[in-house]
Amino acid sequence: MNAVRNLTKTLLLGELLQGLGLTFKYMLKPKTTVRYPEEKTPQSYRYRGLHALRRYPNGEERCIACKLCEAVCPALAITIESDVSADGTRRTTRYDIDLFKCIYCGFCEEACPVDAIVETRIHEYHMENPGENIMTKDKLLAVGERFETMISADKAADAAYR
Amino acid sequence: MNLVGFYASLDPWVQTALLKTLEILGVLLVVVFSVAFMTLAERKVIGWIQGRMGPNRVTLIGIPFTEGWGQPIADVVKLLFKEIVLPANADRVLFLLAPMIALVPAFATWAVVPFSPAFVLADIDAGLLYVLALTSLGVYGIILAGWATNSKYALLGALRSAAQIVAYEIAMGFALVGVLMVAGSLNLSDIVRSQSGAFGWNVIWLAPLAVIYFISGIAETNRAPFDVAEGESEIVAGFHVEYSGATFATLFALPEYANMILIAVLTSVMFFGGWLSPFDGYLPATSFLAQPSFVWLLGKIVFFLFCFLWFRATFPRYRYDQIMRLGWKVFIPLTLIWIFVEGLMVYWHVGPWRH
Repeated sequence: MNAVRNLTKTLLLGELLQGLGLTFKYMLKPKTTVRYPEEKTPQSYRYRGLHALRRYPNGEERCIACKLCEAVCPALAITIESDVSADGTRRTTRYDIDLFKCIYCGFCEEACPVDAIVETRIHEYHMENPGENIMTKDKLLAVGERFETMISADKAADAAYR
Repeated sequence: MNLVGFYASLDPWVQTALLKTLEILGVLLVVVFSVAFMTLAERKVIGWIQGRMGPNRVTLIGIPFTEGWGQPIADVVKLLFKEIVLPANADRVLFLLAPMIALVPAFATWAVVPFSPAFVLADIDAGLLYVLALTSLGVYGIILAGWATNSKYALLGALRSAAQIVAYEIAMGFALVGVLMVAGSLNLSDIVRSQSGAFGWNVIWLAPLAVIYFISGIAETNRAPFDVAEGESEIVAGFHVEYSGATFATLFALPEYANMILIAVLTSVMFFGGWLSPFDGYLPATSFLAQPSFVWLLGKIVFFLFCFLWFRATFPRYRYDQIMRLGWKVFIPLTLIWIFVEGLMVYWHVGPWRH
C-alpha cells in the first residue's frame, strides 16, 4: 500500500510542486538588497575607517609624540619621528601611516593618551598612484580638520562607555 | 518615391514574396528581441527567487524607472565586440559553421507557428511533422560544435546532449501522437481549432501527455534541471567551452532561448488552446473575453516561459543516468499507457469524442 502511495505521489509530482511552491513564496518576499551608492547600510559610530590626527580647539596639535601608537601597532604601519618644536614642546616631525599595512584594529586610537590619532567613519576612499597609500602627517591633520565635527560627536557618543 | 503605387504595379507573385519577406523579418525581429529580454527576465526571476533583485543598473538610454532594462542591449554589444577565439586544433570550418547550424532550425520552426487566427507565416498541412523534424535538427549544431572544438569536455557535452535529445524526442513524439488523435490533423491551426469549446483544451483530457511534453521540451532545450550538456561542475561548459563573443551568442544564447520560447508556444498550441480564449465555451460566444486573439497566446507563452525560469531556480541538476532513466523508463511507457487510455476514450465516446 505504501508503495502505491509513493508511486502516486511521484507521478503527481507532489514533491516537485511543493518545492516550486516554496520558491514562488520566496520570489514574492521583499528583498534585503541595499542599492549601494543610493542606499547605505547603517554605520556604528565606532566604525574604524580612515585615520585622522586631531587638534585642540585653539589649533594646537594634540599629538605629543609619545609613540605609544607606534609601539602598539600590530602591523607596524606607523612611523614617528619627533623633535623639540619652536615653543619648546615635544612634537612629531613625521607621522606616517601606511594604509596598505594597517589592519584597522583601532589599537592606536585606544593607546593614545590625548585622543590625537583617531579612526574616522570614512570608508569610501581610494588611491590612484603608488605612494598615496602613505598617510603623512599633513594629510592626517587635513582629514582631522575636515571631519572634526563628526569625530568629536562620535567621541562624545562613546565617552559613556569608557 | 510613390511606394504604394510602385507596390501596386508589381506582379502579384512578387507582391506575395515581398509581403512574406517582410512578415518573416518582423517575426524574426520579435523573436530576437524576445530572446534578448528573456535573458533579462531569467536573471530577474532567478534573482527574486534567491532573495536578490537581479540586474538593476543599466537604463534604457537614460529613461528613468527602466533600471536593468538596458542590460540585454549592453550584453549583446559586449558579446559582439569580443574576440572570437579559434582553438589551435579545432576544425575551423565546422567550428564556425556549427553556431549557424544551431541557429537556423531554431528560427525556421517559427514559420508554422499559428500566432493568431489570421496570422501564420506558412499554414501548411504537415506543420507538426515540420516542427518535429526541425526541433531535432538543432542538436546537430551542438554535436558539431562539440566535435569541432577538439576538446574532451566539449565532446562529452555534445554526446550527452545528443543522447538526451534522442531519449526525450521519442516521449515528445508520443505525446504529440495523443494530440494528433484528438485533432485528426497535422496542421497547427487545425489543432488549435479542434480545442475550441468548453472543456476542449487538450490538457484536460491529455494532462499526463501535456506534462510529459513540457518536461521533454525542457530536456530538449538543454535547460535546467536537464542541463548536463553544459554541467559546469563536471565538464566546465560542455559543448560551448571554447566559444566566445559572437559565436557564443549565436551558438548558445540565441538558439537556446529561441527554442525555449518555441517550446512554450508549442505547449500552448498543442495542449492549452493556442490563441483560443480561456473563457471560450464558458462565456457567450459574442462576449469580448471569449474572442480568440494573439493576446491569449501571449499570456500562455509568458506563463510557460516563467515556468522554465521557475524550474531552473528550484530544481537541482539531474544526474546523467537519472535523466536517461526518466526519459526511457518513465516517460515513454507513460505516454504509451495514455495513448491506450485515449484509445479507450475514443471507443467509449468520452471527452473530445463524445459527439
